[in-house]
Amino acid sequence: MEIILNNNKETIPGDNISVADLIRIRNFTFKLLVTKVNGQLVRKDDRDKVFIKEGDDVMVMHLISGG
Amino acid sequence: MLLPDQHIRDQIKTKTVGIAGCGGLGSNCAVALARVGVGKLILADFDVVETSNLNRQYFFRSQVGMPKVFALADNINRIDEGIQIDTHHLHLSAENIPVIFGDCDVIVEAFDKAEMKQMIVETVLDMMPGKKLVCGVGLAGWGDNDIIKMRAHDNLYICGDLENEVSDVFPPLAPRVGIVAHMEANQVLEILLGNMKKWKSF
Repeated sequence: MEIILNNNKETIPGDNISVADLIRIRNFTFKLLVTKVNGQLVRKDDRDKVFIKEGDDVMVMHLISGG
Repeated sequence: MLLPDQHIRDQIKTKTVGIAGCGGLGSNCAVALARVGVGKLILADFDVVETSNLNRQYFFRSQVGMPKVFALADNINRIDEGIQIDTHHLHLSAENIPVIFGDCDVIVEAFDKAEMKQMIVETVLDMMPGKKLVCGVGLAGWGDNDIIKMRAHDNLYICGDLENEVSDVFPPLAPRVGIVAHMEANQVLEILLGNMKKWKSF
C-alpha cells in the first residue's frame, strides 16, 4: 500500500500493518522515536495497537542527544 | 516608508517565544530572537553555567555558577533592555510545560538529552494541539554543512542533521550548535512573520 512517510510517498508491503510493524519493516533502529499517524500522537505502548491504512500520513521522528 | 528591519520589529514585538532549555541551542537561539526584536521570551532551564559550557553557550566566565536562565536574561537585556523576559529556574516536565509555555506563539525545544526532546514533543503534540514547536536534532561534531536541514511536519519543525549524536568522542561544538540554534531562530521568525513578503518585495 502507498502511505506518506515523513512527507514522502512510500510503498509499504502489506495493507494492514501496525506502527510497530512499520518501524520493524523500515528498520528504524534509533532508541527514541516519536510517532504520529494522521496528526495524532501514537505513544510507544500503543504502536502495536494502531494500524496504518492506505494513504495515511505517518511521521516517525527519531531523537538523539545534543544541545 | 518603513525600513524592512523596523517593519519586521513591528510585526514581532507583540509575540512571545518559549525557550525550553538554555544551553547551547537555547542560549544562542534566544539571543538571535532578541536581536531581531521578539517582544517577549520565556526562558526555562534547571541548570547553572559551568566552565565547560563556554565552548558553545552564550555565557561568560564571570557567570560560571549562575543559573542559566538568570545569566541569559542578563545577557539579553544587555543587548536590548526593552525585551520582556520571564525566567523559570526548574526542571521542565509534561506537567509544567503546558502551563509555562501555554501563551507562547512558538516553543523552541533546546534540550540536550534525547529523552527530554521526546518528552516535550509528545507533550506538545498530545496536550497543546496546534502549538508550533521548533526542535533541534543532530548537531554534534564539525563539518557536514550539507546535511543540516529543516523538515516540517504539521506544527513540528525539526532542524539539524538527524544523525550526529553527541558522545564522549563526538562533542557539541560552537559552529554546528550555533548553526542549528540559529536555524531554529530562523524558523521561529518565519512562523512569526507568517505571510509577510520577503524584503525584496517592499
